[in-house]
Amino acid sequence: MFTPEIESAERERLREIQSERLKKTVRRAYENIGFYKKLFDESGVSPYDVKSIDDIENLPFTTKEDLRDNYPFGLFAVPKDELIRIHASSGTTGKQTVVGYTKHDIDIWSESAARAIAAAGGTKNDLIHISYGYGLFTGGLGLHYGAEKLGAVALPVSSGNTNRQVQLMRDFGSDILCCTPSYAMYIGETMKELGISPDSLPLRAGIFGAEPWTEGMRGEIEKLLGIKAYDIYGLSEIAGPGVSYDCECQNHLHVNEDYFYPEIIDMDTGKPAGDGVYGELVFTCIGKEALPLIRYRTRDISALFRGKCACGRTTVRMAKPKGRCDDMLIIRGVNVFPSQVEHVLTKMGYGGNYLIVVERKNNLDQMEVKVEITEDLLTDTVRGIEKAGKNLENALASFLGIHAKVTLAEPKSLPRSEGKAKRVIDNRKLI
Amino acid sequence: MFIKQLSIFVQNEPGRLSEIAGVIAGAGVDIRALSIADTTNFGILRLIVDKPTEAMEALGKLGLTVKLTEVIAVEVNDRPGEFAGALRVLGDAGVVVEYIYAFLSRSPGKACVILRVDDNEKAEGILQNAGIVTLRERDLYAV
Repeated sequence: MFTPEIESAERERLREIQSERLKKTVRRAYENIGFYKKLFDESGVSPYDVKSIDDIENLPFTTKEDLRDNYPFGLFAVPKDELIRIHASSGTTGKQTVVGYTKHDIDIWSESAARAIAAAGGTKNDLIHISYGYGLFTGGLGLHYGAEKLGAVALPVSSGNTNRQVQLMRDFGSDILCCTPSYAMYIGETMKELGISPDSLPLRAGIFGAEPWTEGMRGEIEKLLGIKAYDIYGLSEIAGPGVSYDCECQNHLHVNEDYFYPEIIDMDTGKPAGDGVYGELVFTCIGKEALPLIRYRTRDISALFRGKCACGRTTVRMAKPKGRCDDMLIIRGVNVFPSQVEHVLTKMGYGGNYLIVVERKNNLDQMEVKVEITEDLLTDTVRGIEKAGKNLENALASFLGIHAKVTLAEPKSLPRSEGKAKRVIDNRKLI
Repeated sequence: MFIKQLSIFVQNEPGRLSEIAGVIAGAGVDIRALSIADTTNFGILRLIVDKPTEAMEALGKLGLTVKLTEVIAVEVNDRPGEFAGALRVLGDAGVVVEYIYAFLSRSPGKACVILRVDDNEKAEGILQNAGIVTLRERDLYAV
């Protein structure tokens, strides 16, 4: 553990830290950010009434819309001379989400990422191969600072030029790979094409995040690269990668709750959900100076689990996010997450690369799943291949509750991603 | 012995077949026989080549998935009734034929038929008992 005094702290000790930090954060937000002053005043909540972490449930939410409305720097609690970094996340529609960091903010984020790398078995002696994009995106720099904080060797390869990634991995002897899970698959396939066996490389672990992925995909990556695959979660609004992370038990992600306090709420009512119940994940940045977001609705679907983990950590764990509420497709009235499709595909022996295409024909939603045929599923008869497609259609129908047309594609014919994979094309024109 | 056949899953896309044929040519592999099963969404290209291993390697480099299957090749006289006779003995013995393709042999007056059946051993025995010649790989490659 990088910080055992926190990661395996007594619960009571964590609560004290959280209560103290929440009080400070709420006051900082109220006194320095016009938006929060207005929000608190309008909802009739006084920041000075907050006494302990339990009072968090009375506080109002912050949404992505609020960040956009205050674009670019309207929610910053510090003047420019205290900022040392700005990141922005690619808004798929319109404005970007802009986030700022003070020296202290970068420190706690780096510490969070260092805990994640250490939990994946990283040490000072390891070469951390970072294939997340460097730039406005938090992935590259987040892991980079984490690796340096740990005292490991950061290798800032950034994404792209996959042949060179493999070459560096072999020549430099990278120990831990950090990138998106879809890029990890791509790197693994490239390795195979180049005739390099993963056994011949020292690489032993991967830290993958920035997009939702399933346990099935984890199995695929572990097999393809011959490593143990650890999930890392984060979002730029809260900090970046390192908000939560897998330990060796791979049994939900440990949240750095001394800095990022998590809650799960019912998506529709906003009421707190019980432990183990899936709902929208909400974070309060109780350790940050520049952007102390309060009860920020992440749009991610997850659940929380308490109780000491077999690894010795006592911090609360969150389920691998099922996906973003925004990724949820409503097809003929049924909710479908791409991760559910991925789950069925990997269970049926397909690889993790797929594309969901949704159309509306004659006022009826049609869902098509394109997936690459594998060597094991290929036969020399039309009947055999059509049967494989039919079996998959049946498995999807029974898991999703709606029919999806399956189109088998040639291996390696679907687009590969060097960053976040695009899994859904929704061509429905809504009037 | 049975004949090795390569089956390749091909997307319906202009130029795809020529790309595959080009790769095989580039590897110095000679195609002895071929057939294509076409459906609305995809095709299966089946090939008998003189160097199956080299062909598989070259196709693999193109990112294609290739399935290796064993098929039977028989040589019949190029005369009405010969092919029907061969099929009759198989049918009478309950052998299921999945697909067939045929080509003319370079031996004068002979034709070659490639048979994909549900039970290679059984089919070969029946054909041989009926006096029908089954070809070995080297016979076929020399054709």
